[in-house]
Amino acid sequence: MPETCVAKSDDLKDGDRVIVRIGRDEVGVFRHKGSLRAYSNYCLHAGGPACEGLIIAKVEERILPDKTSDGLYFSKDETHFVCPWHGYEYDLKTGECVGNRKLKLRSYEVIERGGDIIVVS
Amino acid sequence: MDLISDRGNRVTVEELNTSNLLKHAREQADRFGLDDILVVDVDSHHYEMEHLDEVLPFVENDVLKQLLMSNRAKGRGSLLPSETSFQDMGGRITRYPLRHSEKTGPGKHRDVQLGNRWMDALGVDYACLFPTQMLHVGLTTQPDLENNLCWAYNRWLTEKILPETDDRFFSMLCLPFNDPDASLRHVETFGGRKGVKGFCVTAIRTLPVHHNSYMKVYRAIEERGLALSFHSGTNSAEPLFKSLNRFATVHALGFPMYNILHMANWVTNALGERFPKLPVIWIEAGLAWIPFLMQRLDHEYMLRTSEYPGLRKPPSDYMRDMYYSSQPMEVTDMIQLESTFRMINAETQLLYASDYPHWDFDVPSSVLNLPFLSERAKHNILGGNAARLFDLKPRTAAQKKNLELHSRA
Repeated sequence: MPETCVAKSDDLKDGDRVIVRIGRDEVGVFRHKGSLRAYSNYCLHAGGPACEGLIIAKVEERILPDKTSDGLYFSKDETHFVCPWHGYEYDLKTGECVGNRKLKLRSYEVIERGGDIIVVS
Repeated sequence: MDLISDRGNRVTVEELNTSNLLKHAREQADRFGLDDILVVDVDSHHYEMEHLDEVLPFVENDVLKQLLMSNRAKGRGSLLPSETSFQDMGGRITRYPLRHSEKTGPGKHRDVQLGNRWMDALGVDYACLFPTQMLHVGLTTQPDLENNLCWAYNRWLTEKILPETDDRFFSMLCLPFNDPDASLRHVETFGGRKGVKGFCVTAIRTLPVHHNSYMKVYRAIEERGLALSFHSGTNSAEPLFKSLNRFATVHALGFPMYNILHMANWVTNALGERFPKLPVIWIEAGLAWIPFLMQRLDHEYMLRTSEYPGLRKPPSDYMRDMYYSSQPMEVTDMIQLESTFRMINAETQLLYASDYPHWDFDVPSSVLNLPFLSERAKHNILGGNAARLFDLKPRTAAQKKNLELHSRA
């Protein structure tokens, strides 16, 4: 499997991302809460730069036992990245489109070795 | 520059550059060979509110000019009725918060430079330029204010902006529709100006478009060989929508509802019979509303024909005579969409529109990727229909060849 060094470990701090071209794909590599993830940068909707937009927590609505709404909150567990063209949101852990989880960005294995961050394609 | 994320966290991003943001659109344009296809975008926008200092000096009425410029200078309040929502989805659509960071060079007006960037990225040859906030101008309770703002904007656009665009931008100018006499004056004054291809009723209003007072306005537009468009929009203050608690629902319902209202009045009162040579274009409401209204009106017409004395054919036939902009194209049910295309004779009546830079813009591949369309239909929807409607010439020999190859004639 081809390996591509996309960044030095020290250059990709937690919360950072880097966009690189690997073969015919453009790939967004994220370091988030200690984990490395890599996804195709082509949005499944209209081909926008899916990985280049805002990184933001999932918005949740709390429904109380009596079925009333307690308002909107940011999730403590789930983080999304948002395509800046139209707002398609993707789960940072899985690359799934949160509006339809059957849709999923192509993902890549990422390894950290010898001070390098490497994407396996 | 930092964008605000959840819980006040910040995400650092570079300054906006439209060409970079739309790099993937340029890749699509290259892949589809769009430079060899004439592409006309019948609905694009700029943000005239960013240039109010240039626009307001054109206000004719001195009292209103002082009022508007004073308000502007002190940075108080808003000029027009404001939406309570946020199109940029809390910064998720990054070109909104980053817009002011984009650099342009000396020379042509900033809006022209920004316009050329997105047009080149999308592969668009010509674009019809509409304002943004001015689309809400019909909500004012002051017809003289609407009249003065339309006048100022239309002078500024035709005297300062369009002349710098090398004819790649054109416009259908907003009418001060609360005042039919003033609307007629606009048609008579601006109708012959370069780059003016028609006039626009900003559709966020509930006036009866069939009222006798408007007939002289439609006749003046028709006599000049120009088009009339209805550009829809959202209005969260609309009484019917006051229970809607999300921008998404205001947006989903608002755009179609205003066009449905005006279309129903237009067709029922036989304005298609009265102005048979007036091209009418329905803009930015998507397509899903059209089959609904066609069926609904045809049903009523068959049962209550006496209430449609001016019609010589079913309402849907008049609707098929009119034009529709393509954006935002609802693509979640391809069978339904194909049926819609059939019902509106899309090959001759549908006009590609991007709506760029607004949040729900469509790239040309939204048309090119449709599996049920012929090559001929794609070419006509992307540019051929609009080229014939607005008398726009192909910009390259390859475009001319393609246009002739896929012409309806």
